Amino acid sequence: MSTGNVESWTGNMSEIGAVYPFVGMETTLMIAGIVFWVWWHICQVRSESRELEEEARKHGNAETMNKVLDSSDPSKR
Amino acid sequence: MDNELTALGILFTEFYYWVTVVFMFLIHVGFCMYEVGATRQKNHMHTLMKNTMIIPLVTVTFYFFGWWIYFAFPNGPWIIGDLLAAPFATANSELMGSHLGGPPVQDALTADDTAFWAHINGVFWAAFLLFSWTAASIVSGAVIERIRSSAFWFLAILIGSVFWVIDASWGWHPDGWMVQKLGYHDAYASGVIHAVAGGFALGVLIPLGARIGKFDKDGNPRNIGPRNPWLVTVGLFLIYTGFWGFYAACNVPMIDIQDGEGILFSATNIYLGPTTLSAITLNFLMSLAGGMMAAYLVSKGDAFWTYSGGLAGIIGASAGNDLYHPIQSMFIAAVVVVIIYKLHFWVERRFKIDDAVGAVAVHGYAGFLGVVICGFMLWGYPASPNPDYATINPLGNFIGAVIMFLVLGFIPGFVFASILKAFGMLRVPEAVEIVGLDVSAAIAQEYEDAAMVEAEREVVLASYSSGEK
Repeated sequence: MSTGNVESWTGNMSEIGAVYPFVGMETTLMIAGIVFWVWWHICQVRSESRELEEEARKHGNAETMNKVLDSSDPSKR
Repeated sequence: MDNELTALGILFTEFYYWVTVVFMFLIHVGFCMYEVGATRQKNHMHTLMKNTMIIPLVTVTFYFFGWWIYFAFPNGPWIIGDLLAAPFATANSELMGSHLGGPPVQDALTADDTAFWAHINGVFWAAFLLFSWTAASIVSGAVIERIRSSAFWFLAILIGSVFWVIDASWGWHPDGWMVQKLGYHDAYASGVIHAVAGGFALGVLIPLGARIGKFDKDGNPRNIGPRNPWLVTVGLFLIYTGFWGFYAACNVPMIDIQDGEGILFSATNIYLGPTTLSAITLNFLMSLAGGMMAAYLVSKGDAFWTYSGGLAGIIGASAGNDLYHPIQSMFIAAVVVVIIYKLHFWVERRFKIDDAVGAVAVHGYAGFLGVVICGFMLWGYPASPNPDYATINPLGNFIGAVIMFLVLGFIPGFVFASILKAFGMLRVPEAVEIVGLDVSAAIAQEYEDAAMVEAEREVVLASYSSGEK
């Protein structure tokens, strides 16, 4: 019993091809991989949009921005 | 692997490409350091993560479709022929996984496919993948401090896993239509990587716009300049180091080049035309030297431009560095560097383009010029061992340079960045740009630091001030 095409490392080794488990599932794996990739982007874009909106709301006022600008202004250090 | 010599050749080739991948990884380390060093402190982590995430995102997309594009698109498709079958390069091929080379399970593959590609596919894929990271990383530096990460990663996938791969299939594949019909020659990727990525970066920069404060009220540029020159220096030296792997990866290490009787093993360039590691080592170093010397003079000893000039020098000579004389490489590098340096500042002033690290100049303009110069320098040389293909010529390489920089670089970059801009997804909000992309993390850290100090103060008050210790 093996999850792949290999049950022994003896015999004619030149007959051994793919050695990963579940040979024959490649297309399913590819689709799952692409879905994971697209899902990652959707999650990331949503999360980034929320964060940027929140930051713009929180820091988008004269007091915060002036404080940050003062801290990086060489003439005010 | 029907005999010992074939087996040795395949296993040596497998190991050779594997080593080039390790070397080329340093290019990405260098790009990350360089970019962070060129970024103001308020944007450090954003810049770092923007470049770092190229690694996973371009890797998975190059696995899913980039590798297949390279082998399927040499004819255009539909420029000189149809889409080509590439059953060993699709993401659902058994040869895109661990395989010992025995008979295939999938019908589309042959025993010859598995015997060869089982050992070469992964390392050759990885070598090309590292070129993909480089293409995306070139764009990354130009757009720092104002682009949204999500927008950049979308664009990085386009340049890293689609557009540069199409140009590689057209102008770098031994049977690409540009090689066949134009006599296009670009042995170490002046156009194939650098011009296309530089053109793409320029296309993105126009809709993206300049950083706030980059230009004064009269439109004169301000020098934001590198924040951490040491990080920039180490970063650029690492890119030089990784470039050795890049050059080696553009070669095929050992094949029989003899036409007719007998055997003559040699390294070849990507087009299977003979060259040697020795030749390209001479030319690599002499073009680096020519670029640095010219950049030092033209920039009046500016360290940032001297290092960048070294890179631009190599890139400017790379198209023909398989065949040039080393002193020719040195002079070509020097001339290219002077032109791109002047061009960078002219474009900046004239068109208000804020290219934060000079990526468009160092990669785009230098790559474009490198391809054009190569067309003159190697005029009449065979572009391929196939005698039916066109020979190298100035017009063919000029058209090729335009295809790389403009058609597959600038236009897609401009179009896709403009679409993102239309949806409000290209640039961070103005307030966030002003306070800095790392500001929330920085403020949160300030609170944490204050809380830590308070906790330590309580220990001091409780234990030391009471005289316990």
